[in-house]
Amino acid sequence: MANYIVRRLGLLIFVMFCITLLTFSLSFLFPGDPLINLSGYQDITVTQLAVLEEKYLIDSNYISQYFSFLGRIIDGDLGISFNSQGPVFEQVARIFPATVELAIYALSVAVLVGIPLGVISAYYHRRWADTLILTVTLIGNSIPIFWWALLSILLFSLQIGWFPSSGRLSLVYEVPHISGFLLVDILRSDISYKYEALIDAVKHLALPTLVLSTYPTTVLIRYTRTSMLHVLETSYIKTARAKGLSPFQVLLHHGLRNALLPVVRLIGLQFSALITLAMITEVIFSWPGVGRWLIDSIYQRDYPAIQGGLLAVATFVIVVTIMSDILYKWFNPVSRTQVDA
Amino acid sequence: MPKFDIYFEDRNYSPIQRLWLLFKERHPARIGLWLFLSLLVLAVLAPLISPYSPYFHNQEALLLPPAWSVDGNVDYMLGTDDLGRDTLSRLMNGARLTFGLSILSVLIAMAFGLFIGALAGFSKGVKSSFLNHLLDLALSIPSLLIAIIIVAILGPGLANTVWAIILATLPLFVHSISNSVREELQKDYAIAYRLDGASMYQVLVHAILPNIFESIVIVATMALSNAILDIAALGFLRLGAQAPSSEWGAMLAESLDLLYIAPWTVALPGILIFISVLATNLVGDGLSSAMKRRLEG
Repeated sequence: MANYIVRRLGLLIFVMFCITLLTFSLSFLFPGDPLINLSGYQDITVTQLAVLEEKYLIDSNYISQYFSFLGRIIDGDLGISFNSQGPVFEQVARIFPATVELAIYALSVAVLVGIPLGVISAYYHRRWADTLILTVTLIGNSIPIFWWALLSILLFSLQIGWFPSSGRLSLVYEVPHISGFLLVDILRSDISYKYEALIDAVKHLALPTLVLSTYPTTVLIRYTRTSMLHVLETSYIKTARAKGLSPFQVLLHHGLRNALLPVVRLIGLQFSALITLAMITEVIFSWPGVGRWLIDSIYQRDYPAIQGGLLAVATFVIVVTIMSDILYKWFNPVSRTQVDA
Repeated sequence: MPKFDIYFEDRNYSPIQRLWLLFKERHPARIGLWLFLSLLVLAVLAPLISPYSPYFHNQEALLLPPAWSVDGNVDYMLGTDDLGRDTLSRLMNGARLTFGLSILSVLIAMAFGLFIGALAGFSKGVKSSFLNHLLDLALSIPSLLIAIIIVAILGPGLANTVWAIILATLPLFVHSISNSVREELQKDYAIAYRLDGASMYQVLVHAILPNIFESIVIVATMALSNAILDIAALGFLRLGAQAPSSEWGAMLAESLDLLYIAPWTVALPGILIFISVLATNLVGDGLSSAMKRRLEG
């Protein structure tokens, strides 16, 4: 186990090296002066130039420039955005929780809906419930997320009018920014309209969460079903049935525990897919998260912002993936005994 | 198939024939295959059979609804958009871009993947272990994120999107091909072939490839459905195909403002993306279930 963790951490360090190197080289690959791309100051005066050149070591070789880049990342200094002229690091830190919050809710919905449906589907293997669930899954898996988002806006927001179609909270309410997780912030704040704000925030959350959770739910259903079918064919299930346990008891006590282990790993892996799909969802629902911010900065060719956004998203995805791998090994003793060649 | 068997005849089907027989037993898979083939024909023939050029503006016919509605015009079967361009022609030519380019980029990625995957499959020791861990990680990053990162570096545009999608699907191919190459290498027939003095290249081409070919095709269908969704998503985010292009995602993005007054301009490209992904998924599912049943005998 320790060996595995060390190896995974080694990989993490290597990948982080690659990502930072890529981000660093972007300032040279992007059009324009590398100093401008790195610092974000567009109209540099002569006095500023000397200070910046010293700070970014622009006259020395690439290796020391790279190390000064790493040092600045650790200090939380990613330059300033071309567009807003504000520090990139603070902007990313401010909006990142919004994306993570959305992804967490969507993942919870996916787990709460996907796993039971997958189990039902395996339990009624090749009967109408299974066919129905599989058909819906196939449709959910094939539907392009942006189109699905538009359809849901058209239906729930414009036709029925249950949920608002954009934003995170109605402008009427003002909630102090503490952790960045809106629901947590509302609950922890001491504003007088706490309850109303909470309802409003949940209403704003409903559509993006629905749209975002569709894909991971279908993946979880299919995966749980396959894993469950696999387990139901094993001999210990037959033994349990032969002992006289009811099918339901067998499913609950013998089937679920074994079938859900690989699913746990998949849940961790889905998080990275969610962050990506969240980008599209954020653009459509005007959700103020890191995805929309990143895509906006790609339009505006705001190079320091692109670098910062990419660095943040890539790091987050890699760290979550490696953590979920390690956790999976931790939970599942069987996978630990397999030699990792 | 003859109805009466007068003589007893032992039928021996080749593996591919058995695969096809099992494949066509399932109706959804067959429907998927028909849809897939018709989209393919459409992608190839689009410029010949589309009634108008996808960029032709008719100032007289702005925002015509589809022909079956009261205000529709039969000259414009599926209506026109706000610039008077024929939706049907644009959709047909879009098949060439969204569907055709996805197939093209998956094929290119498959070729590269075959090369790198075979090399990785034959490698041993630390190199192979390191490569494996790296690929595992690369696989866990969604292809769309990789594509967005690459487009962010190269800049928006359809050509860059294709490159991005090739690079983003590459890990999938490399991973699955190197795994199956490694698996096949352990088997007796591959070892026997090597003991006969076959070089690595000969083992790969004559022994391993024919045996892993079918699983590569299944991986390719998975890659293809991802590629279609990615091209369309990038087009929709205006990072891929740019405005006058008739790529389905870009068409959707362009007609977003018309959601109220001309819903068909938004609905139709979406339906087509959906159908092409669905057809690909149906074919892929059908193939893998046929392969599984063939193994079971």
